[in-house]
Amino acid sequence: MTVDVAIVGGGPAGVAAALELRRHGHSVILLEREAGLGGATRHCSHFPFGMREFGRIYLGAAYGKKLETEAARAGVELRYHQSVTRIGPGGQLEIANPDGLTSLKARRILIATGAREKPRSARMLPGDRPVGVITTGTLQAMIAFQHKIPFRRPLILGSELVTLSAVLTCRSHGIRPVAVIETLPRPLVRAPLSWFPGLLGIPFHTETQVLDIIGKGRVEAVRILRAGQEQVIACDGLLLTGHFTPEASLLQMSGLALCPDTAGPAIDQTGRLASGLYAAGNLLRPVETCGWAFREGRCIGQAIAADLQRGTETATVPVTHDPPLRYVVPQLLQRGMAGMQDFQLRVTRRVVGEIALELDGRAVFRLQNRWMPERRILVPIPKQAMQADHVHFSFRETL
Amino acid sequence: MPLPRIKPKVPRFDVAVIGAGVVGCAVARRFAREGAKVVVIEKGADILSGASKANSAILHTGFDAPPGSLELDLIRAGRAEYLDIHSALGLSIVETGALVCAWADHEAARLDSIVAQAHENGISEVRLLTGPQARQAVPGLSKALLAGVEVRGEHVIDPWSAPLAYLTEAVALGTEFRRNTEVLSGSFAGDWHLQTSQGDIHAASVVNAAGLFGDEINARLGLPVDFTIRPRKGQFVVLDKAAAVHVPKILLPVPNEITKGIVICPTAFGNVLVGPTAEEQEDRHRATVETTTLKMLKAHGERLVPPLAGIEVTAVYAGLRPGTEKKHYRVSSHPESRAIVLGGIRSTGLSAALGLAQHAVRLHAAFAQPFLKPTETPVITVPNLTETRPRDWQQPGHGELLCHCEMVTRREVEACLTSPVPPGDYGGLRRRTRAGMGRCQGFYCQGRLAEISAGHLACPLSCEGAAE
Repeated sequence: MTVDVAIVGGGPAGVAAALELRRHGHSVILLEREAGLGGATRHCSHFPFGMREFGRIYLGAAYGKKLETEAARAGVELRYHQSVTRIGPGGQLEIANPDGLTSLKARRILIATGAREKPRSARMLPGDRPVGVITTGTLQAMIAFQHKIPFRRPLILGSELVTLSAVLTCRSHGIRPVAVIETLPRPLVRAPLSWFPGLLGIPFHTETQVLDIIGKGRVEAVRILRAGQEQVIACDGLLLTGHFTPEASLLQMSGLALCPDTAGPAIDQTGRLASGLYAAGNLLRPVETCGWAFREGRCIGQAIAADLQRGTETATVPVTHDPPLRYVVPQLLQRGMAGMQDFQLRVTRRVVGEIALELDGRAVFRLQNRWMPERRILVPIPKQAMQADHVHFSFRETL
Repeated sequence: MPLPRIKPKVPRFDVAVIGAGVVGCAVARRFAREGAKVVVIEKGADILSGASKANSAILHTGFDAPPGSLELDLIRAGRAEYLDIHSALGLSIVETGALVCAWADHEAARLDSIVAQAHENGISEVRLLTGPQARQAVPGLSKALLAGVEVRGEHVIDPWSAPLAYLTEAVALGTEFRRNTEVLSGSFAGDWHLQTSQGDIHAASVVNAAGLFGDEINARLGLPVDFTIRPRKGQFVVLDKAAAVHVPKILLPVPNEITKGIVICPTAFGNVLVGPTAEEQEDRHRATVETTTLKMLKAHGERLVPPLAGIEVTAVYAGLRPGTEKKHYRVSSHPESRAIVLGGIRSTGLSAALGLAQHAVRLHAAFAQPFLKPTETPVITVPNLTETRPRDWQQPGHGELLCHCEMVTRREVEACLTSPVPPGDYGGLRRRTRAGMGRCQGFYCQGRLAEISAGHLACPLSCEGAAE
C-alpha cells in the first residue's frame, strides 16, 4: 500500500509535519540519514529548544530525543540511515541505505533537509588549504559525537547568532579563540549579544577581511586587513560561522529549479513546490530558529493533510519584489488555499525605507522602518491577495 | 694488514625514483614490472604532494601537442597504455570528447589549423562545427559561440586513483615507498649513494621525477642543471554536481602561445571544474587561491555556459605546474652516471606518465643490463570513486555512510587506511576516498573521519586527547 506522505529529513520541520499529518490520520514514513532525529539541534548544545512547541526547554540532543518520543508515540514510521538520492516522477523516492538501494512511493512528499553553513570553498576564501578551516556545524558535531576538538586557538569569522554559539562551544571545551572578525561594518547580531565575545575577553573586530590563510599542513596563521592595516594573526584554525545555505542538493540533483533569492525551492503558501511535492523548514531559506522551523513544518503538514483530502490544485500567482529586498517566502500564492499566515522577507543591507505590498498595482500594506539584514520581516498575507493577478513588494528608500 | 671487509649497511636498489608524483609512480611501476628492485623517495607525506595533485584530470589524445615532439609521442603511448590497463586496475575512464570553442573571429580563424594539426598528429576524429552544431552537442553553451572543433577520444579520468594504482602495483612487486624523505645530495661512483633526510640509500640508477624540484635535484645529484623550473600556478573552481548535466564535454578554448587556457570540464566524480589560470611565480611551495581569481573563474564558466549560474562552488584548489624556460619536456639520459631526468612535465603529465615510464625504461636499457622479469604479475584493483561505475554505497551490507555528499562508506575509509599505500595526510585520505570532497566539505563527516583516521595522518583532524 502506498504511504500517504514520505518526509525526507528528521529535523524540527520534518518531525512537526509528521506529527501534524498523523493527527489528521495520515500514514507517514520519515526518512532520516543520520541515526537520530533533531537535525542541527543534535549537535548544537547551547541554545534551549522546545519552549514554544513542547512548553519546556531541551538542550542539544535532548530535543532530538523528545522528537523521537513524540514521533514514535504518534505512530510515525521512523527509518534511519536512509539517504534519499533522487526524487523521481510520480512520488517516487530513490533511497540508499545500509542494505543497498531501494525506492519508496508516496502520495505526497515533503522535503525538509534543512540548511548548513557555507564551507570555505563556497565562500571563496583566499590562501592555502590546510587542515583546520571548518564551520561551526563541523566543530559542534565533532565535539558532540566524537568528543574531540579540531583546534585550540582558532580565529573566528562571522558575527551571526551562530557565532555566539561557536564562541560558547569553544569556551566550554577549552578552546581559546584568538579573535572574532566580521567583514561588515557592524555585527549581524543585535546588542547586547554582540557584546558577548568582548565580555569573554575575545577581541572583536568589524570591517576586517581575511587576506590569506597560511599553513602547510594545518593552519598556522591568518593574514587580515583591518582599518587599512595588514596584520598576521597566529592561530591553529579558522572557524567559519554563519553564511547558511539551504541543503537543496536533493532538489537540484533531481532536476528541480531553485529560487535564486533563497537558494531553496520556490514554494506557495502551502509549502508546495511541484505537484505532490512540498518543502518546509530551513530548506526554504537561510535560516530561522528551531522553533520557527517546527511551526512551519506543522503549518505545511496541515496544508498537505488538506491537499490529501481535497486532491485538487488551483492556479498560482508569483510574488515579486524589488531590491533591496533579498527574498520573499512564499514565492507563489496558490489561489484560495490555507497555509502560511505571513510573507517572510529580508533585506540585503541596512536600509531605511518603506515596504509596500501591492496587489494589482494597489498598495494594501505599507510599513516604514529602519530595516536590518539580520532581522526577519513578517507581512500578513491578506485574503484579497488570493484573488490578485499581480502580487508585488515594492521598496521606497528614504534617506 | 688486511683491509676490513666493508659490509654495506644499507640495502642496494636497482633504481631509485625521486618523486612520487604521477610520473614517479608510473616509472616505479614500469621498472618493477621489468624486474627491478625499486625505491620511490618522496619528500612529502604522501604521493601526489606536488604538481600532480592539482590538474584538470583529462586524458589527452595529443591532438594539440606540438607535431613531431617527444611530448606527443609520450602522450600517445601513455594514453594507449592507460586504455589498455585501466580496467584491470579498476580505473575509470569517461569518454566525453572535447570541444574547442571559438568565441571571437580571430579564434574561429584558427580552427582550420587546429584540425590540420590534429590530423598531422594522427588524430583523425576531429571535425569543424558551426555554432549551432556545437550547441546541439552542448546545449548549455552561450549563443555567443561562433564555431568549434569537436575532438572525439578525449577522456576524463580519476587523476588520483591512477597514480595510486601504479604505485600500489609497484609495491606489490617489491618496490619500497619512502615518504617524508628528502634527497639532500647524491654522488655516483659506479653506484648511486643518496643522502636523504631519513638516512642513506644506495641504488644502481636514479630517475629524477621530482617535478617542481627537478632542477634542484639535478644540482643535488651533480647532474647538469640544464633547465630551471619556473612554477606556473593554476587555480580551479569545482562546481556542484548539479552542473554536470550542462557540461557533457570538455570545453577547451582556442589555445594561445602561453597556455592551453581555461577549461570547463566534467570530472569523473560528476562535478564540473573551471580552470586553470596560468600565473608565473617564484615560490615553489605555496599555491594559494585568491578570491578575485576564483570569482573570475566562476563568472567565466557562467558566461560561456549560462546555466551554470547559481550553481554553488563545491571546492577550490590551486596547483603549480613545473614549467621551465622552454615549452617542451626536459627529458635527458646520462649513461655515464646511470641517471635519467624526466623534467619540465609542465602539463599533460597525467596523460603522458605511462609513456614517460616506457621511455625511461628504454633510456635505461641503453646503458644497463636487462632485469630478470618477475614470473607473475600481481592483480591490483583500486576502489572505484567515480560515478561511471557502481560504488560501494550501492552495494548491500556496506554498513554506514560516512560522507553523505560523496556517498562514502565507513568500510571504504577503513580499507583505505590499511591499504598497501595508505594516505599520509588528510588530502591523501580525501583523494583516496572522496570523503569530505563534496558540497559541504566535511560538515557532516569530519568528526567521524577524525575518529577513524586518528594516528594515521600527518596533520590530524583533531587535537590529542578528548574534549574537555
